[in-house]
Amino acid sequence: MTKSTAARWFLVALSSLLLGACATPPSAGGDPRDPYENFNRKVFTVNAVVDRAVIKPVARGYTNYTPEFIQNTVGNFFGNLADVWTALNNYLQFKPRDGTIDVGRVLINSTLGIAGLADVATPLGLPKHEEDFGQTLAVWGVKSGPYVVLPLFGPSTMRDTFGKPVDLYADPLGQFNMSTTYEYSARAVRLVDDRARALPATDLIEQASLDPYQFMRDAYLQRREARVRDGNVDSEK
Amino acid sequence: MFIICPNPLARCRSPVFDIPMKIFNFLFALLLASATLLPIAAHAQEAPDALIKRVSEEILRIAKTDKQIQAGNQQRIMEMVKEKILPYVNFQRMTQLAVGRYWRDATPEQQAALTEEFKTLLIYTYSGAISQIRNQTLEFKPMRAAPEDTEVEVRSSVIQQRGEPIQLNYRLEKTPNGWKIFDVNILGAWLVQTYRGSFATEIQKGGVDGLIKSLVERNKRLEASPPKPALKG
Repeated sequence: MTKSTAARWFLVALSSLLLGACATPPSAGGDPRDPYENFNRKVFTVNAVVDRAVIKPVARGYTNYTPEFIQNTVGNFFGNLADVWTALNNYLQFKPRDGTIDVGRVLINSTLGIAGLADVATPLGLPKHEEDFGQTLAVWGVKSGPYVVLPLFGPSTMRDTFGKPVDLYADPLGQFNMSTTYEYSARAVRLVDDRARALPATDLIEQASLDPYQFMRDAYLQRREARVRDGNVDSEK
Repeated sequence: MFIICPNPLARCRSPVFDIPMKIFNFLFALLLASATLLPIAAHAQEAPDALIKRVSEEILRIAKTDKQIQAGNQQRIMEMVKEKILPYVNFQRMTQLAVGRYWRDATPEQQAALTEEFKTLLIYTYSGAISQIRNQTLEFKPMRAAPEDTEVEVRSSVIQQRGEPIQLNYRLEKTPNGWKIFDVNILGAWLVQTYRGSFATEIQKGGVDGLIKSLVERNKRLEASPPKPALKG
């Protein structure tokens, strides 16, 4: 899969998704931020089925039967790659200080941290950031638009849905010219690692929510907003 | 050592100090009262950020050292939550905010039931989170509040081994019994706001009693299968 294939597939999927969403009549009396609730709920259900059948059990097994040291190493490696794109987005969001911290992180972790296997930058006082193109669009003034549940990717917004292909295109993992087998394996490991890291959060949602769909949406939209503002949220009244 | 004057008409004098017995008793009572009230008063004056710091550091310390909690002993965790956290939370306010405009339509009994069930749900949820504490550390951000403020936000973050720190903020209100938490922000989402939508949906479907019923059912399920702690890798 070349770096543009993932983005191209995403665009194809996106257009069919939007057609589907628009073909579904808007849900009456629902949340104004979620006009496609009926459609979103269907995607949410399918995602949950796939997750419960395949992704979650694998992630659970990975968490329970892999030494913590290995898990940290895997997480650090992909985290280091992600820092490259985070750095660029921080510059695009006019945050040169954060961007430079990210560049420093990549330089230090790629060398002292042995190709990113260890995160030595965090203890050195260079904190990790997580930025994507959706957040950059938000800083540029693009409103979030309606809530969208993407197949496999899960909760998103209209704005972030358009940011996603850029993230996929720029994905540092796609820049290595690896053989297809290697690249698919690397992507699979990253997917499992990401899911494993989200286990505590999703377990919590399963326990705490009356309606997982609504709980997830209402938490996600707030969280996303906080992300865009890098946590500097004034209390809502 | 209150000394009752054998004859109220006689003018008794204290055996210790040469003052009228009545005054001595009064002073002694005052001393006793202040001795018992002082710690409470000192508590009330504890600043909100100091309170959060003290309580959360204590919880983190217990969760890291207590073998039973690490093993996921649900009862032990619940005991700790009830002992260490509940005294500092105003569940009624929290529930009222989450129920929103429907709160005043609810009878006092319904309000009490809602508060109790929501409280139980949050205790279960919180207990599940505690059993996952491993090697996290806490960091506190300076509080931006004026001395006369009666509502403040205390901001902290949980530093983990990998990934971005988890933002954990608290909103507290000043009460005669000290500062009380009435909302929590996890990873950018306020607890009250996150529940508000679901609560409104339940009430629109089945009234206040419908919401109480859903909460009761949710809690029963959690009681039957307590959240499994993440196994240590």
